[in-house]
Amino acid sequence: MSEAATLKAITANRLTDGAVVYLADGGAWRETLRGCRLAQSAEECAAMEEVARWAASSNLVVGPYAIDVTMDDAGAARPASLREAIRIEGPTVRPDLGRAEG
Amino acid sequence: MYAYDQFDRALVHQRVAQFRDQVSRRLSGRLSEEQFRPLRLMNGLYLQLHAYMLRVAIPYGTLSARQLRGLAGIARRFDRGYGHFTTRQNIQYNWIALEDAPDALAALAEVDMHAIQTSGNCIRNVTSDPFAGVAADEVEDARVWAEIVRQWSTLHPEFSFLPRKFKIAVSAAADDRAALRIHDIGLRLFRNDDNEAGFEVMAGGGLGRTPRLARTIRDFLPTAELLPYLESVLRVYNQHGRRDNIYKARIKILVDALGVEAFRDEVEADYAAGRCDAFALPAEEERRIRAMFAPPAYPALPAETPRDRAADPAFDDWVKANVVPHRVVGYAIAVISLKPVGGIPGDASADQMDAVADLAERYSFGEIRVTHTQNLILPHVAQRDLYALWQALTAHGLASANYGRASDIIACPGLDYCSLANARSIPVAQRIAERLAAGGREREAGTLGIKISGCINACGHHHVGDIGLLGVEKNGAEAYQMTLGGDAGDRAALGAIVGRAFSAEEVTDAVETVIDVYLARRVNGERLAETVRRIGLGPFKERLYGTDEGGKDRP
Repeated sequence: MSEAATLKAITANRLTDGAVVYLADGGAWRETLRGCRLAQSAEECAAMEEVARWAASSNLVVGPYAIDVTMDDAGAARPASLREAIRIEGPTVRPDLGRAEG
Repeated sequence: MYAYDQFDRALVHQRVAQFRDQVSRRLSGRLSEEQFRPLRLMNGLYLQLHAYMLRVAIPYGTLSARQLRGLAGIARRFDRGYGHFTTRQNIQYNWIALEDAPDALAALAEVDMHAIQTSGNCIRNVTSDPFAGVAADEVEDARVWAEIVRQWSTLHPEFSFLPRKFKIAVSAAADDRAALRIHDIGLRLFRNDDNEAGFEVMAGGGLGRTPRLARTIRDFLPTAELLPYLESVLRVYNQHGRRDNIYKARIKILVDALGVEAFRDEVEADYAAGRCDAFALPAEEERRIRAMFAPPAYPALPAETPRDRAADPAFDDWVKANVVPHRVVGYAIAVISLKPVGGIPGDASADQMDAVADLAERYSFGEIRVTHTQNLILPHVAQRDLYALWQALTAHGLASANYGRASDIIACPGLDYCSLANARSIPVAQRIAERLAAGGREREAGTLGIKISGCINACGHHHVGDIGLLGVEKNGAEAYQMTLGGDAGDRAALGAIVGRAFSAEEVTDAVETVIDVYLARRVNGERLAETVRRIGLGPFKERLYGTDEGGKDRP
């Protein structure tokens, strides 16, 4: 990862209901990227992945992994890929089922 | 249709209890995800993009009205008010919570349904001709044999840990409506010159990364020998199928590797050894199952041209497209399209499911079918009831007159839902359907199969579409590779790639261009696949890319 770093967040599915969640401070998992932990370096990312692994083995979440995140003009974190945008917002063909991630 | 007995009911209820305990142990951590995953897959529960997805088995696509209401209830209680009918005649729910899954399975068990073996390396839902039992061109009801194979394959102790998934399809008609050639095993029931009933057995079909058409390994297998013979095919596969590489683990790879003659020899040698003779179905069991598929007591009716066709052009359109001849005079097969132009292919709301259940009770002896093209069927409609049925369907948004036409698109859930996908398929289907319906091309083109898959796993059957689209990722953006000339029926064929992939912005125009070429060049009303066979890809490439070479991909 370069210094002009891609930011990383950690995402997973919550074990109980499969909901898409993101690692926030204090080991909490939230259904929004807003206020979630963002890694600016490889070391930070590795530390977050360690927390995520612990959460998986503690049966909070399933299958955590790191995703690329960018900051939009309003300073809000957004997923860099379409796939992750769909995971956060819901199916593009059913806007009524999505989350308001404004 | 088949009715559960006490043994069947005990089986599904015990399975629910077993899974409830497994879920409880997973939630408390006594089972790890690694331990739990194969267990949840054997009950059809996947972890997908947004949540857990539950795939419920609809054996050979046949449902009672009560069962369809049960599915609607599950959509309401445990999901978000809708379900998706799939290319294997099943239904999928996209928003199931793990902690609710045992209750959802219990609700299924109450209506004699389950999610057993809808995932995992086992024999999956046996699929069949959606017109079985009512089609004019059928030798006998194919579902009798689909049910026999279903019972044989359910919890089969020897075949529960196959190298990979295994899909079997059965048809008993002259016209293959079950896509036999793209299955691991396809069974075509027919009568030979001595009027004996038997199966042409085909093996080694499949789509995905390495699409193959099934090869005939037995020209005629007497029906009484079906189960022992299937045992031998599965034993050979189980023994020799690869387990080192999931992309090379299907039976199609084995048939390719050995060659069809050597594969056949292995099967016939195992069969001749007679170890499987004990599995032959007793005649009285065949009779018992066959009796369940006795046709309804159709009141005798005269042949009737549905009234109101002249007065109501919309009804006339629907009859032309969606009503299929029935083998009993005075009756018809009605196709309920789940492909409203601009809608989501194969999806039905809980309200729509309840409406179809009511209509099935009123007009179809309480029976519904699911097709592998993601539509529903009412198989036993009196011709005199078609107008009232159509009016009711119209009220529920279920009367699109497009069966088998360009807007009757098969589309997998794609990147909107599926964690395996590279690209979205549903919006592509929507834009194409809107364009072709609006411009009148759909009407002109007639029967035309457009099939869209969001990834190489090909759940949208793109390889066997007249026009197939495969979603890929190109430079971080969605793109669509087009194939032409595929066919899932008796003249089965895999489509050929035309050239470089189209962007999401280009693909609708590209499909329209292909249809323009087809309309200009077809003769005698031939299907697009036949036109491609006759004139090749050149004329299509020329119009799509301005060159015969199919366009070069930019680096």
